[in-house]
Amino acid sequence: MSMKKLYPILAVLMIAAMLLTACAPAATPAATVPPTQPSAASGKLEIFSWWTAGGEAEGLNALYKIYTAKYPQVEIINATVAGGAGSAAKAVLATRMQSGDPPDSFQVHAGHELIDSWVKAGKMEPVTFIFKDEGWLDKYPKGVIDILSYNNEIWSVPVNIHRSNVLWYNKKIFADNNLTPPTTWDEFFSIADKLKAAGVTPLALGDNGIWASVHLMESILLASMGPDKYRGLWTGTTDWAGPEVKSALETFAKVMKYVNEDHSALSWDQAAQLLVDGHAAMTIMGDWTEGYFKSVGWKPDVDFGYVPSPGTKGTFIMLSDSFGLPKGAKNRDNAINWLKVLGSKEGQDAFNPLKGSIPARTDGDRSLYDVYLQSAMDDFASNQIVPSLAHGAAASEGWVTSFSDAMSLFVANLDVAAAQDAMVKACQTAGVCK
Amino acid sequence: MSRVRRERWIGFLIVLPSIILIAIFVYGFIAWTGLVSLSKWDGVEPNYSWAGLETYKQLFTQIGGVTAKRFSIDLWNTLFFTLLFLLFCVGVGLLLAILLDQKIKGEGIFRTIYLFPMSLSFVVTGVVWQWIFAPGTADYPRGINALLHQLGLDVLRWKWYTDTSSIGPFHLALIPVIIAAAWQLTGYTMAMYLAGLRGIPEELREAARVDGATEFSIYRHIILPMLQPITFSALIVLGHISLKIFDLVYTMTGKGTGFVTDVPGIFMFEATFQGNHYSLGAAISIVMLIVVALVIVPYLVYTFRREVEL
Repeated sequence: MSMKKLYPILAVLMIAAMLLTACAPAATPAATVPPTQPSAASGKLEIFSWWTAGGEAEGLNALYKIYTAKYPQVEIINATVAGGAGSAAKAVLATRMQSGDPPDSFQVHAGHELIDSWVKAGKMEPVTFIFKDEGWLDKYPKGVIDILSYNNEIWSVPVNIHRSNVLWYNKKIFADNNLTPPTTWDEFFSIADKLKAAGVTPLALGDNGIWASVHLMESILLASMGPDKYRGLWTGTTDWAGPEVKSALETFAKVMKYVNEDHSALSWDQAAQLLVDGHAAMTIMGDWTEGYFKSVGWKPDVDFGYVPSPGTKGTFIMLSDSFGLPKGAKNRDNAINWLKVLGSKEGQDAFNPLKGSIPARTDGDRSLYDVYLQSAMDDFASNQIVPSLAHGAAASEGWVTSFSDAMSLFVANLDVAAAQDAMVKACQTAGVCK
Repeated sequence: MSRVRRERWIGFLIVLPSIILIAIFVYGFIAWTGLVSLSKWDGVEPNYSWAGLETYKQLFTQIGGVTAKRFSIDLWNTLFFTLLFLLFCVGVGLLLAILLDQKIKGEGIFRTIYLFPMSLSFVVTGVVWQWIFAPGTADYPRGINALLHQLGLDVLRWKWYTDTSSIGPFHLALIPVIIAAAWQLTGYTMAMYLAGLRGIPEELREAARVDGATEFSIYRHIILPMLQPITFSALIVLGHISLKIFDLVYTMTGKGTGFVTDVPGIFMFEATFQGNHYSLGAAISIVMLIVVALVIVPYLVYTFRREVEL
């Protein structure tokens, strides 16, 4: 056969091969484990998340193992979408939910991110019956149940709890300068002046994408008004134009003088790295920071210390990854069983040590968690619990983006009056304030 | 049917599938985006009730508050980015093409080196230039600041894309982004100009030299005017890329503190996919479409008329 005749045939074969790869199934079923309690449940279970790497993926696989041991006939489809802390996944999820093809269960931040997006749109089934059947209503703190609830129903099962208002510090720098970690913002400023004089950046901030500044702001808002008024910000009972918000903005503006000048070029982990390098002394970030410190070889209470962010002792700003039950889930019974595994003590104690968070239940096995996580569990059980703004618990995504835009301008120009106006407007546009 | 008519009919049928697909997936969706921008859709649940020009008022007038502020910054940023980017690409591209045209040794190697950046994806360029221009702090410089420090050129150190200052509406933080974009696409204009220069017959230059013209005036009076069509088409192609730029800026600097490097593409992405403000995102897209159309449509009319004349 001549070369001329060969080319078209090769071209057709190549196109056919490419089409065939496009038809390959995207699913990767979980590894099967010999059954201990064989169950008759069969079919599939599609779990949608953005846990694609590191401790998160390991934790998810641990949950799959427990599920498969109970329901070995069920094929788990691990539908993940990588990247962007879920922004890519949320876009894919929106497409599927709007077209009436929901996954059997999907990862979503507990609180208003779920309620304002999918619950109010009528796309979710309440899971109160699961909490009642499994006897969970007294195993989860009331503050958590409040955040999960809307219209007297519970809408998702939280699998973990992260804390937002933590101040991490480099123990060596503090010891060298004879400092103790601050408990109020006034103490912070006097410590910061001493650190600046010693040539160390007082506070490391990495707000590329602005969310780390929103994260810092929520701690400062809490410190300036206490937990009850802080909760009121998100329900419309606290006045955004009031003096507490103004003083919080003024504190934030003052803090910016003590922050590394290249903060908008760094991400949160690059800011944490400044502590490891000894260039900065403190950072205010959620407790996934501990995961970062441990991954570069630092040890809790040896190399780094932790206290609640200034002025917020006694309150726990929580955020949580949770799973809900969409209406029209193709494998509803399998999804309900998944939620039962997630909310169980066994499931949460398998997931959380790997992820680096604490269980949402109050009866987790303390011995599985390290010294910081144990202290977080103690605080979680005793503190006032309030929702995080930056991580989807306190406000809808539309409100968070409006607030973030206001913060972006504020960080640049430090204009307190303009920022306060913009935040008032954000609350009004979100439909919560009048 | 006569042969000519049958051939025309067959030609039309061959193109018909493309026409249908483009009609649906390009023009149909543009029309749908326009409809969404005139609706009240805010949140994950579609809401097609009529809002008129309400969303556009949010973008352009005081009512919008931060939204309007951000959008006006975006438009200014796009203007300055486009102007300086085009100036750099055309100017430096022409210079490089003239230099390479001097029958030097190793011209092929240089040509390849200058063209290589074009083969990269904007995302790769964005990430690498983000590392290069990351300023670090005064005591611990990073990237190019570290290099300048080691060369003793501390006076040239600067905050680069973290700088929030501006000259009037021109944000200085755009300069690193312009450098990265121009680095990537100057090879394109250079290649076009090189081809153009090769197309100018040597006899013209010889004749001019015989008439006593200097090299410089040969370039000024003969060669550059003949390169005008190339300049024009390079401006159009690069212009419409820079008016819609998203991935380079998003991966390099994001919107920046105070929106110093924000562009409408990023605003649209965040409003739609992070804030669920679908009507706002659609309105931003339509404005971007109109801005690009203002540039492309006159060009299309111009070339169409020229073809008809010829």
